[in-house]
Amino acid sequence: MGKKIVVRIMVLLFLSAMMLTVSCAKKSVATDPSTGIENQGAQDGLSAEEIARQKALEEERLREEALRKAIAAEREQFENQDIYFDFDSAELVPDARMLLKEKADFLTRNSGLTVTIEGHCDERGTTEYNLALGERRAMSAKRYLQDLGIAEFRLNTISYGEERPAVQGNDESAWSRNRRGHFVIR
Amino acid sequence: MILMTQNSGVKLMAAFNSCKFFLLCGVLLVMEFSPAFVMAQHAYININSPLIRKIPVAIPFFKAFTGHEEEVALGKNAVDIMSSALDFTGYLAVMDRGAFIENPSQKGITGSEINYKNWTIIGSELLITGGIVEQDGAVRLELRLFDPFKETLLIGKVYTGHKADIKSMIYRFCAEISLLLTGKLGVFGSRIAFVSTVSGNKEIFTCDFDGGNISRITNFNNITMSPSWSSDGNFLAFTSYAKGNPDLYIRDLRANKDVVVSKKGLNITPAWLPGQFALAATLSFSGDQDIYLLTGSGEVKRQLTKEMGIDISPAFSPDGTKFAFVSKRSGTPQIYIGDTGSGSASRLTFKGSYNTSPAWSPDGDKIAYVGVVKNSINIYVIGANGGEPTQLTSGQGDNEDPSWSPDGNLIAFSSTRQGASRIFVMTSTGSDQRLLFTFGGAQTDPTWSLAYGNK
Repeated sequence: MGKKIVVRIMVLLFLSAMMLTVSCAKKSVATDPSTGIENQGAQDGLSAEEIARQKALEEERLREEALRKAIAAEREQFENQDIYFDFDSAELVPDARMLLKEKADFLTRNSGLTVTIEGHCDERGTTEYNLALGERRAMSAKRYLQDLGIAEFRLNTISYGEERPAVQGNDESAWSRNRRGHFVIR
Repeated sequence: MILMTQNSGVKLMAAFNSCKFFLLCGVLLVMEFSPAFVMAQHAYININSPLIRKIPVAIPFFKAFTGHEEEVALGKNAVDIMSSALDFTGYLAVMDRGAFIENPSQKGITGSEINYKNWTIIGSELLITGGIVEQDGAVRLELRLFDPFKETLLIGKVYTGHKADIKSMIYRFCAEISLLLTGKLGVFGSRIAFVSTVSGNKEIFTCDFDGGNISRITNFNNITMSPSWSSDGNFLAFTSYAKGNPDLYIRDLRANKDVVVSKKGLNITPAWLPGQFALAATLSFSGDQDIYLLTGSGEVKRQLTKEMGIDISPAFSPDGTKFAFVSKRSGTPQIYIGDTGSGSASRLTFKGSYNTSPAWSPDGDKIAYVGVVKNSINIYVIGANGGEPTQLTSGQGDNEDPSWSPDGNLIAFSSTRQGASRIFVMTSTGSDQRLLFTFGGAQTDPTWSLAYGNK
């Protein structure tokens, strides 16, 4: 879990760094107001038309880059935002339903994706019972997504019971974060 | 010659033979002395009584007949094994040798050589004497149990075999003592399976009844849990995520081969049907979590529970006609009793809103389980027909996973009372709670084998 987050942060940092580099390059070539585009073009022997085309291409590339970034962020949000449950319950609370609607939207827009829904429990109670409870939590989320129009074949479930807590600790603040449904894009 | 009741002798031999308690049949010879009279079973102890008083037993050093160094050392080792094994029972109190007036290892170990008054005066209600002869690795062990107050020999045995078999000889004699005192063979020679995270993942291990001789069973480097022994001790069923999904594994311990039941969803909480090559487990391929009966080769025979909702953790009665299980059909997890034939079920626990992990006692009359009350997790016992539950653990960490010893005298369980989860043992009435062994990582899921002498 911790490792995953670290990797994600590194990827984000890398992407931001890339963006910065790209904008710097762009400034020096195309939008430096002191030099002016016309002059530069004349100096390099490029026609104004070619410069405009280059500029358009560059903008398109940036737009795509931004879109990719947005999709990646959305994907990350989809995977990182867990839904939470009450003790010994697999019922979807209002907050969970709201999040699941967002997830259903995402899955509708990204129809090629399939998802594994992981059901998790807090450490209280017995390991065996929690395996069953975790599965029911995952199934609740799955059924709700199906009701929102997501095809069943795109939704897998697995229960980890209390075996993979998100946070360590034996108080309600830890327990409440461990009673969760977690989503992994496959 | 056999002066215990006919029945008990037959029972003893049948159990030993069928379970291969002694692999040394033919090598090991057992002879019996003649006790003065027949003891009735249960003459000394009712291990189910909550008012049980520990019987003081004197175990003086064994006599080394020829007296050479190795013989003396083996004798010392033998008397230590005997003392700790009998102390483990929870109903015998092994006396401090400092109080002993006479020394049978010098004076003699037979009835005619013992001055019973020297033992009654220090309060020794039972006396065990032993003598050993060792020559070129061959050992002859003479063991006697006396009642000093009645001035009688209760059990007398001679065991011969290799010196490596001394532990088995001692355990066999302890089983004789247990049978005489309680009517049951006891725990000697049995093994316990458990889950440990010592390697970083939950894997299954086994150990001797007293926590010794730990050996690793699985090596999946993934979550592996819920071990269950077949009656003969030759198979272990368990759940593992080795292939990503919680699958049911049935391991043949002799061939070291697995059969894997890998249906969609959960394949969990196995429990062997007593005396049969069949087991129950919870499967959720239908979308609902129900208990099914499977063959020992992993084929689904039939469905045992049919109600919607969580049905898990089956535990069969000793005769297999009924099974306890956990169901959430009433809204909270509670223990139910199902009929193996018809599948009909009735609720057993009504106190509390979270009762799980049933374990049916070998006598058939009680069910141990885990109850959660106000975040406090403890072990309780209730009659198999219902009634008022008795709380066995309290105020010391989380206590889970109860499992009965083969004689029903002890319950193994896991507890966090010392921090990380460890395996503990207590008597069936909750007394004598003690740590079984220390080991790296956390230990959970102790499961006592009902068979003797599993490797």
